[in-house]
Order: sequence, then structure tokens, then C-alpha cells
Amino acid sequence: MSRQDEQTRNQEGVRRTVTRTLVVLAGMFAFAFALVPLYDVFCEVTGLNGKTSNTAQMLVHEEVDTSRMVTVQFITRGSAGLPWELDVETRQVRVHPGQSNEVFFTFRNRGGEASRASAVPSVSPSEASVHLRKLSCFCFQEQRLAAGERLEAPLVFQLTRDLPPDIKTVTLVYTLYPVQPTQAAASPRGSINEGDSA
Amino acid sequence: MASHLPPKPIPQHSTATAGGMAEAGHHHPRPRGLMRWLLTTNHKEIGSLYLIFSLVMFFIGGIFALVVRAELFQPGLQLVQPEFFNQMTTMHGLIMVFGAIMPAFVGLANWMVPLQIGAPDMALPRLNNFSFWLLPVAFGLLLSTLLMPGGGPNFGWTFYAPLSTTYAPPSTTFFILSLHIAGISSILGAINIIATILNLRAPGMRMMDMPLFVWTWLITAFLLIAVMPVLAGVITMMLMDINFGTSFFNAAGGGDPVLFQHLFWFFGHPEVYIMILPAFGIVSAIIPTFSRKRLFGYASMVYATAAIALLSFLVWAHHMFVVGLPLVAELFFMYTTLLIAVPTGVKVFNWVATMFRGSISFEPPMLFALAFVVQFTVGGFSGLMLAISPADFQYHDTYFVVAHFHYVLVPGALFAILAGAYYWLPKWTGHYPNLRLSQWHFWLSVIGVNLTFFPMHFSGLAGMPRRIPDYALQFADFNLVSSLGAFLFGASQLIFVLLVIKCVRGGEKAPAKAWEGAEDLEWSVPSPAPLHTFETPPEFQPKQH
Repeated sequence: MSRQDEQTRNQEGVRRTVTRTLVVLAGMFAFAFALVPLYDVFCEVTGLNGKTSNTAQMLVHEEVDTSRMVTVQFITRGSAGLPWELDVETRQVRVHPGQSNEVFFTFRNRGGEASRASAVPSVSPSEASVHLRKLSCFCFQEQRLAAGERLEAPLVFQLTRDLPPDIKTVTLVYTLYPVQPTQAAASPRGSINEGDSA
Repeated sequence: MASHLPPKPIPQHSTATAGGMAEAGHHHPRPRGLMRWLLTTNHKEIGSLYLIFSLVMFFIGGIFALVVRAELFQPGLQLVQPEFFNQMTTMHGLIMVFGAIMPAFVGLANWMVPLQIGAPDMALPRLNNFSFWLLPVAFGLLLSTLLMPGGGPNFGWTFYAPLSTTYAPPSTTFFILSLHIAGISSILGAINIIATILNLRAPGMRMMDMPLFVWTWLITAFLLIAVMPVLAGVITMMLMDINFGTSFFNAAGGGDPVLFQHLFWFFGHPEVYIMILPAFGIVSAIIPTFSRKRLFGYASMVYATAAIALLSFLVWAHHMFVVGLPLVAELFFMYTTLLIAVPTGVKVFNWVATMFRGSISFEPPMLFALAFVVQFTVGGFSGLMLAISPADFQYHDTYFVVAHFHYVLVPGALFAILAGAYYWLPKWTGHYPNLRLSQWHFWLSVIGVNLTFFPMHFSGLAGMPRRIPDYALQFADFNLVSSLGAFLFGASQLIFVLLVIKCVRGGEKAPAKAWEGAEDLEWSVPSPAPLHTFETPPEFQPKQH
């Protein structure tokens, strides 16, 4: 009799343990997916990943800090399988924090047919990315170019005055990626929107 | 293949007539032949299946490693093309991690956890059968990708995106499915082990009375429950990136490849402890037995294991020191990683203190356990070197890393599994393993392992990168030694197979308490252990730890 009791007690215990572990299991699976937006938020808040905002930001009206100069370098990169070129009018500018600056970039489709691409930015050192405000950027949209077409697009940016003084050089890298029609729609952040396209 | 290995069907068992709780199932005629193994719900039979499966996978993964070592025997491309070489390095890692080491530990848990806590079987015997039979499916599928157009996975066992998404071979979807199945198997196994340990202990056995192998497996099972779903999540995201046009890891669509590495290593670092904690448990059983002393610092061993498990969630980015982490993160992950040396050191010192003034004898399990302690510590020290982030900038992705993780996994985890096999073979088969053969196996393994992996420290420090089929001439001598050692090590494992077969067939008879100093509950049942044990729970006498 007592052994029977113990058996049922054990079975109840097993059922309870299994239920609890299954709850933890489901929670951890959901947590893995929750980490994707959390990671983005974390990077955005801390600027750790060298990512800049995906949308245009307002100019911060502040006095231009004429006491120091910061070098801003531009690097453009193509992508395998995409017959495009991305050039910048000047590889390097010297700016004062607080000042707004405009730099022109040129897209060229060297291929034989129309295609679409987007330029994805990255800022180095990553600490600078929260202090880099883009008022206008071609990188907010994807570009569509006919065969042989050429497009000039501006980047208007400002380095805010609270840029840490030890940062003397900021490098902006733009990498071209081909865009497939499905990719734009299914992007997890919806940052590249067909409606916005140029 | 399975027919000649343990356990032998034992027709009579202690409670055959006792009816009572040995209900329904046991009175049906038992299926014979293949169906017996397909349908078994007995923890000992399933444990044997796991062990045999992992042994088979160990040899398959080993052959892949030997293809790699043969190609690296001398500079230049001789035997295989780089594409195939990449598939070999990848498959070697995947098979050894998910197919050999992990199932071997699950097999040992299946066999020994119920015996060590005085339970009649695992808590969920049918689920147990299902978790095992998922494995041949998973690894059959994984191995079949090698024959598919475009070849098998070629992106390294860590399958970093976008190598494993944008640039992956078409078979990657099958790779993802097989990893899903293997993951489900691990999760179900972990649930079963937790349910067994928490609910089926012999009356009177408190948590702090459990043998350390049970403790380490309980903690390992919790790690599995916590991180296998994350792995499932990551590979699901890969699947969606590849097939459904999402951009989790695709920079072009707004995703981030570095996110893949964070997610992967959030799973991956606890995973490496999943592969070592049960090894700690085995060694903590063997060293006291052959030192004829109680384990020194039982409670501190339990707390150290728990501390290592908790810390494992805070160190993942030490695998990613060179992705461009901010200085604060480099420091944080460096310090937390160095902190792990403290509980690990507690364990090593406890093992040494257990042996201090013990009356030690050097039977085969003890030889492997001692080799484990020494060589695992070597792997631990190279881990400390790698943990120092500025130094890691130099070591990252070199053979130094390869040397490090092979030292903790081969003379670490694998030697502990072999030690456990030698320790418990008398219980499984009723016979002692052949002493002369086991000594040959031990010494050739130790020499082989060190010839293989020790020179990798030097080639790595000199700058030889991982995962390359060809290398600069100055690394030729180190690689020659490594390759010779690898073939010696691989060949000496055949001795182990021969020895197990001989041990199943016959040999010196073992009594219930096969080793003089062995005190845990499993030594109170006859050798070989009958198919059904502890149907009446044993009276557990708590001993002073």
C-alpha cells in the first residue's frame, strides 16, 4: 500500500517536473527570438555596433566647436555579383563638431540590366556612431538604377559637440548589397521599405 | 553490431515473481532480435544503445579527422580538394560534439543515474527510447549531406553566418533539420534525467547525498534545457534567412552577422560545459575509489559545478574578442572568463587532496582519471591564455585554439568517458576488462594524444591559422608530428573496441562490488547488473561526506 502511494507521489512529481522544464524550454526558445530586437535596441542605445539610425535625424542646433577638427573618412565597397560602383567625391573631410556637412556619393550601374541595391553604413570607432547624426542619406532607401544609369546622392551629416575628445578620426563605410524583391519586404526591421525607394 | 554488446539478456531477475509494481509491460513476452532494441524502454539497454552509437560516431568523426591530418601531413595539396577539406573539418567537429561526446554522456547517465540513486528506471522510459532513436535519424541525415550536390556543410562546426546562409551549399537545410532533431533528442534526454533525479531517489537520499556524477548531470541537464532552445532558435533563423527571405543575419536586409555569433556563443559556451561537467562527475567517482578515501570537499565540488554552470552564461563573447567589441565588453568578458578558473581550480585541488595520503592503486579507470586531471589542466591553462583578450588578438583562429579545445575535449571529456567505461564495464558485463590490453590502450592513447595536440600549441603561437588545407613551410615539422600522433591515437582506439568485445564475451568474473574502494549504490547490485534493479527501493544509508 505504502509503495503504491509512493508510486503515485513519484508520478505526480515527475509530471510537475516535466511541466516546469517544458515551460522553461518554451521560454528559452522565445528568449532566443526576443534577443534579436533586444540586440538592436541595445546597439542603438549604446551605439556599440557602429550602426547609425535608419531614418533622418534633426539637426541639433548648437554652436560650432571651432576649437577642434575631426577627420571624417569615407570608404565605399561593392559587393560580389552586383555590377555597381559607389564613389564619393572626396575620401576625407575635416569638420568641426556641431557643423553640418554635405558630401556627394555617386552610384553607377555598370551592368546590362536594371537592378536594385542598398548601401549599408557602418561607423568606426563604434562609440562615434551615437554622435553622428544624418540629416539626409541615400542609405535610408534602396536605390534602383537602369542599365548604365548614374545617380548622385547627398549625405548630410553632423557630428555633435559631445563627441568624446579622444576621437580624432571617424570612418564611415558604405557597403553595397544587392536587394532582391522578397528581401525588402521580409526584412525583420522593415527598415528598407519599397514605398520609400528612390 | 549491437548483438554482441552489453547488456546480455538476463532471463531471471530478482523480482520476477514479485508482481506488485512490476506491472503490465514486464509480463508480455519480450520482443526479440532487432525489435527488442527498437522498442526497449529499459534504461540499461537504452544506455548501451547510446554508448554503442557514440562509439560508432567517434570512429566516423575520427576518420574525418584523419582525412584532415593526412592532408596536413605535409605542405601543399596532396589528397583532397580544399572544398572537401572544409567539409571534413566541419563534419569532424559536428559529429564529435553532437554525435560522440554528448550521446556518450547521455548513455552513461542512462546506465548509471538510476543505479546510483536507487531508482528502478528512468522517470519517462518511453520518452527515453524516443530520444535515443532520434539520434540515428539525425546523424544519418547529417552524414547523407556529404553525398548531396554541392557537398555537406563546409562552414566549420560553428556555422557562422553568412558562410552558413548566403554562401552555404544547398544541403544546409538538411544540416539544419538534422541539428534540430539532435537538439530535440538532447532536450528530451535532459528532461528525463532531471525528472529522474528530482523524483526517483531512494528513500532517505537527500540532494547532498547524491554521488557527484548524478549532481554534475543534474546541472548539465539544466544547462541543456536552457541553451538547446537557443540553438534551435538560431538555426531556425538561419533556415528562414536561407529559404524565406528574412534578414536576421543578412546585412543587406538590415540584419547583422555579428548577432549570429552572439546567439551562437550564448548557446555555445554553456554547450562546452555540457561536454565537461559530467566528466568531472565521473572523475570524482573514480579518484576516491582508487585512493580508498572519501572525496575531499564534496559540498565544494557541488557548489563549484553550479558556479561553473552559472558563469558559463556570462562569458560567451570571449569567443568573439576580435569582432570589434567595445573596450568595456572586452574587459567584462575577460574578467568573467578568468573567474571561471576559480571553481575549476577548486575541483582540481579537491581531486589532488583526495589522493593525498590515500592508498592509491593504478587500475585502468584510475589511469584514465589521472590523465584526465593532468591534461585537462593543461587545456585549462591554455584557456586562461586565450581568455586574456589582448593576447587573444594574436591567438584567435590559430592552431593554439585548436590545441586548447582538443586538450579539454580529448584527454578531457573523452578520457573521462573512457575512464567511466573502464570503471563500470565490470558492472555492465560482469567481467573485468583485460588488464594488459587496457594498459596498452591507455599508454598509446596518452602518447598519441600528446603527439597530436601538443605541437599545435607551437604551430598556433607561430601563427598557423585553423581550417586551412595547406600551410606555409615553416609549420611542416609540427604538422608532421601532429599527423603521426593522430594516426597512432586513432589506431589505439581499435584496442578499446577489441577490449570491450572481449569483456562482453568473457574474462575475469567481477563481484557485485567490483572495486575495493567503490561505495555508491550501483555496487550493491550484482555484476552484471540484472535487467531490472531496485524495483524495491533500497534503504539508503547516508554517509558522511
